Amino acid sequence: MARFQNRVGMTVAGAFALLACVSLTACSSTGGKKAEDARKAATAQGRAAVSTPRWTIAMITHSGDGDTFWDIVQSGAKQAAVKDNINFLYSHDDEAQQQAQLVDAAIDKKVDGIIVSLAKPDALKAAVARARKAGIPVVTVNSGSAQSKAFGALSHIGQDETIAGEAVGEELNKRGRKNALCVLHEQGNVGHEQRCDGVEKTFKGKVRKLYVNGTNMPDVQSAVGAKLQADRDVDAVVTLGAPYADTVVKAKEDAGSKAEVDTFDLNAKVAAELKDGTLGFAVDQQPYLQGYEAVDLLWLYKYNGDVLGGGKPVLTGPQIITKDQAGALAAYTDRGTR
Amino acid sequence: MSTTTDTRPTGGPAPGGERSRDERLTHTSPLRKLLSRPELGSVVGALAVLVFFAVAADGFLRPASISTVLYASSTIGIMAVPVALLMIGGEFDLSAGVMVTSSALISSMFSYQMTANIWVGAGVSLLATLAVGAFNGFVLTRTKLPSFIVTLGTFLMLTGMNLGFTKLIDGTVSTKSIGDMEGFPSAHAVFASTLSLGGVDLKVTVLWWLGLVALASWVLLRTRVGNWIFAVGGNEDAARAVGVPVAKTKIGLYMGVAFGAWVSGQHLLFSFDTVQSGEGVGNELIYIIAAVIGGCLITGGYGSAVGSAVGALLFGMTSKGIVFAEWNPDWFKFFLGAMLLLATLLNTWVRKRAEATK
Repeated sequence: MARFQNRVGMTVAGAFALLACVSLTACSSTGGKKAEDARKAATAQGRAAVSTPRWTIAMITHSGDGDTFWDIVQSGAKQAAVKDNINFLYSHDDEAQQQAQLVDAAIDKKVDGIIVSLAKPDALKAAVARARKAGIPVVTVNSGSAQSKAFGALSHIGQDETIAGEAVGEELNKRGRKNALCVLHEQGNVGHEQRCDGVEKTFKGKVRKLYVNGTNMPDVQSAVGAKLQADRDVDAVVTLGAPYADTVVKAKEDAGSKAEVDTFDLNAKVAAELKDGTLGFAVDQQPYLQGYEAVDLLWLYKYNGDVLGGGKPVLTGPQIITKDQAGALAAYTDRGTR
Repeated sequence: MSTTTDTRPTGGPAPGGERSRDERLTHTSPLRKLLSRPELGSVVGALAVLVFFAVAADGFLRPASISTVLYASSTIGIMAVPVALLMIGGEFDLSAGVMVTSSALISSMFSYQMTANIWVGAGVSLLATLAVGAFNGFVLTRTKLPSFIVTLGTFLMLTGMNLGFTKLIDGTVSTKSIGDMEGFPSAHAVFASTLSLGGVDLKVTVLWWLGLVALASWVLLRTRVGNWIFAVGGNEDAARAVGVPVAKTKIGLYMGVAFGAWVSGQHLLFSFDTVQSGEGVGNELIYIIAAVIGGCLITGGYGSAVGSAVGALLFGMTSKGIVFAEWNPDWFKFFLGAMLLLATLLNTWVRKRAEATK
């Protein structure tokens, strides 16, 4: 009975609040949808800036469902597609075999260009070769810099994971750290291994690896927390994805550890935490640029036969972002383009 | 059993009299026979999806597109067949997805580390994978734990072993390339080649798939073992009482799933020549979905191999059709879930109708 009354009370209160909001404008003057819309208005949009025919470009990535990083890549690609008068198709699957099949589907559709991420290069070798045979230009993006040229892609746009890892190692040296913990959130991702190995290469202290289940945040938090409790001398934790940085910060606080938390990649939360000093630094690979450039490079090739990079990967990172630069980036991360 | 003593219970029908009343001997019309097939609902569903995408998706019926869809369906279908048999036998296998990856990893790493002919690795992998299947069945029949628990345990153990052993042996999270080793071309031909049939590129996996469907259908409908499978799934105690080797049948069914995992695993390995250790998680549900769409009952005792093939085809058509139709892929899982529900509802409805008109 009490529960029932409670529910009625809640409903009434909710209705009242709604009414108040509508009639007395008792709404939040900060944040919320309105603020977001205002930010959205600040992002570039517009119409095609060129008069080339409406080509179709398909982008096929190894992203899982609902990945923040790939969302930013996509928004860059879409922006370039609007500008270049391109019909942009996006599909993704984190299983190599499925991703290869999606590339096949794009070839069947006779698209004018293909953008593909080579996180699992061997699995996509044959599919990229089929695209080339069908006369479809291919640009590789994000991962697979070592294989891109051999597979016959025009250019590769992305970050060399080992170089990015090395940059982190050097930054940690600069900050006088001794014991780093590298948190890998995806079992079997070669790029992640390369990042941690890169840190190990340049970092003068000791690097430990910790595997966590990235699809389960509470699990990540407790695993890192346990590690920090067990290993009191860890003074730097490096996460490989922006969403994990905040989780590790919570784990660190729970464990009462003094470790500095640093991360690969950016998001709004990371930018805010860099600004207020919760995080040490972030290594950005500018995903927006990867998507944007990939589409633009294909357009340039179709329009003018231009190829960028001279057979070498075009790097979009690493860019070390500390407290000093974080303030300027906050506006961009908020609107989802950094 | 050559004795001619009459063991009829008293009050039973006299021999020769009222023969037509015996339900086993009543004549059923061909239409009614068709209506009582487990896969009927899924066939109707598959036709509906085919027509839908033929209209909605540009180029869905091009030969190249059809071969892509068939390939996508076959990679699910090869596993859906033994999984369907297992479900008819009243059990689950949650380790089927990662078992595929395990099988490919064992094969690749054994060949590479021993510098052995590829076929040696494949043979070792077959034995190891069958052993995992036998382990599943053995633990299940010995402990009487539900298959859900047993295979969940195996699933987690295999997931860990996939990564653990790969890191331990190769030092990275994916295997080393075996494309330049002896026996690779022939293994590639058997498991991962592409055949050209009148302008359509057909992957060899499609042949494996159809072969397995034919074999499983023959076992189910024409052999004693098939009767055992239906019996243990329908009512285990009754089956045991009439002398069906329940434990053997179940262990055999799990080994069947393991064999399917081996074929799929070798296909993965020989089409890509390296394997990622973290893959395969979650696929076990897709195999189960394919079997269920194809008319298998979760509770066992009912279903067919052909149905599982139709279920896999439905899955392949939907997953690739959404791409051909240029829809937003974010909604893919939603459509899949809706399709699963609709297909299963249709199955149940068709079956109820068929039973009512008997």
